[in-house]
Amino acid sequence: MTDIITGPDAAMARRTGADPARRRRRRERGGRALRVTAAVVISVVLVFPLYWMVVVAFRSRADLLAGVLRLWPRALTLENFRQVFASFPVATWFGNSVAISLVVAAITVTVSMLAGYAFAQLRFRGAGVLFLVSLATLMIPVQVIMVTLFKLVTTFGLYGSYWAVILPTSASAFGVFLARQFILAIPRDLIEAARIDGAGHLRVFARIVLPLSRPLLAVLFFMSVLQTWNDFAWPLIALKQNQLFTLPIGLLYLQGQFGSDYGGTMAFALLNVTPMVVLFLIFQRYFVQGFARSGIR
Amino acid sequence: MTTRREIGGVSADVSLAAWSDAAGPPPARPPADPRRKRAGFAGESATAYAFLAPNMLLLLVFVLLPLGWALVVSLQQTNGFGAGTFVGLANYGHLFGDPLFWRSTLNTVLFTIIVTPLSMALGLGVAVLLNSVLPARGLFRSILITPMAISGVATALLGLLLFDENNGVLDKLLMAVGLPAVSWQSGTTAAFASVVLVTLWWRVGFNMLIYLAGMQSIGPELYEAARLDGAGAWQRIRYVTVPLVGPSSFFLLILNVIYSFQVFDIIFVMTGGGPQNATSVLVTYAYDQGFVTRDQGYAAAIGMVLLVLMLIFTAVQWRVSRNRDLVE
Repeated sequence: MTDIITGPDAAMARRTGADPARRRRRRERGGRALRVTAAVVISVVLVFPLYWMVVVAFRSRADLLAGVLRLWPRALTLENFRQVFASFPVATWFGNSVAISLVVAAITVTVSMLAGYAFAQLRFRGAGVLFLVSLATLMIPVQVIMVTLFKLVTTFGLYGSYWAVILPTSASAFGVFLARQFILAIPRDLIEAARIDGAGHLRVFARIVLPLSRPLLAVLFFMSVLQTWNDFAWPLIALKQNQLFTLPIGLLYLQGQFGSDYGGTMAFALLNVTPMVVLFLIFQRYFVQGFARSGIR
Repeated sequence: MTTRREIGGVSADVSLAAWSDAAGPPPARPPADPRRKRAGFAGESATAYAFLAPNMLLLLVFVLLPLGWALVVSLQQTNGFGAGTFVGLANYGHLFGDPLFWRSTLNTVLFTIIVTPLSMALGLGVAVLLNSVLPARGLFRSILITPMAISGVATALLGLLLFDENNGVLDKLLMAVGLPAVSWQSGTTAAFASVVLVTLWWRVGFNMLIYLAGMQSIGPELYEAARLDGAGAWQRIRYVTVPLVGPSSFFLLILNVIYSFQVFDIIFVMTGGGPQNATSVLVTYAYDQGFVTRDQGYAAAIGMVLLVLMLIFTAVQWRVSRNRDLVE
């Protein structure tokens, strides 16, 4: 903070705001305060629903039914959680979600990486058309095909099993695209050298491409888990028995029983939401970088 | 990770953007010895198909086959889950005289033209804010994108909790500051508004994230130059940021439109299409027809209309955007 004008002149300039540098600094300080305020207000609005979910989940029934607006809970209780666990197969649903998400992610990552390798490193007839066709499938919402997909799954005898959800969810045009982009960036010389040394493509894939693709594998795996964990429309159709439900379907089912008694619903919602939010917050740095780096702007 | 059905997810979104890239020329290859090339090409084709087979098989069996079948079913009169009889375009003809179909179409389009610009503008605004000099940027960013990790069902139930007419915290807050309570669940306009608000809460973070990624490629010297030329904060956004995040905007436009056409979880759980069909959209209507009324031919026809609508919308955006790129 060195003022060019000193002495009485400076005081004068300060009073009248005549010094342009000072005026600009002051305006920027004001702008900064404004920006911080805006960011805080937006964050509070966005966080409030989540805060409220936690508050309702931990409040006692009596407290909730009193119907008084209280933004801070008076006492916290695990009553809602206890009730939900006692009335519904929550642990089973949780296990279903974990199992289905992990299997889908494992299949997705495997088939996407293989296809991505083919599109990025191999020359073959119909490459362009096949790539376009697989990307085009992204445009098809499940609701357009749900009736016949349901018939198909029933015909295969899959209806009522985990595979009814796992198999249709595992094909991933997006994963293929991302894998292709990433593998394209692997230096071709590296692969050519291995080929000249006599390595087959499967060997190149396993020994060179996979080890170099660790960040990609992590992102693909995480995104697949997140999506499958949160998926609703197709599991809703494909899973009939209570025992096979995933968490979102169980959440809807449970809400049907609880009605507008939100304590139990929110306790269960918290169980559904927490693992993914934690994972997401851990992974988000890579996420942002991934978006910035994959040329998607 | 079926992106095509993923409603709030991230990956679906990115892939669609990548679309334009896919249509581009294949990556350049170093020229090879022609003799070797011939033999290598045939050998590589077989290998390539083997590498592609697992994914292609899944897409073929669980997406393309049901799609073709859906087209056939849409031409059938069906009864429950038995075999149908061919009735030509009767199901489509039926749609024309079905007020609920028109209502759902109108709602779908309305939802799209409200949510798309709003979520993009808010996303851009927040991204500009976070891209500026701001303490604890990482913290703010984490907070803003957290809703992305939450399932649609949980989001919708959260919406129900907040907008509940008898016990909801929003109405209580309104009354606490002396405003009248809003009948979010029984009022038709209010119900639609509540669905839009919840969707925005869920989606703004994603739009912000893509814009933020786009802004990382804008060099700070551009802003410095604009500043030296006397551009104010608003002018810098208008004449530097907005044009330079054009590709992000195009990407997000397509994505948001596609998402909006497919909106399901939020509406299905929050309002079920009510009250008085005020929030019924094509996808929820198709679900009702296919799995509640069990008129599958009709449900398939609605699905086909939805798909055609989406294709038209996307194609128009594509054209408009391409032309603009050429002009500029």
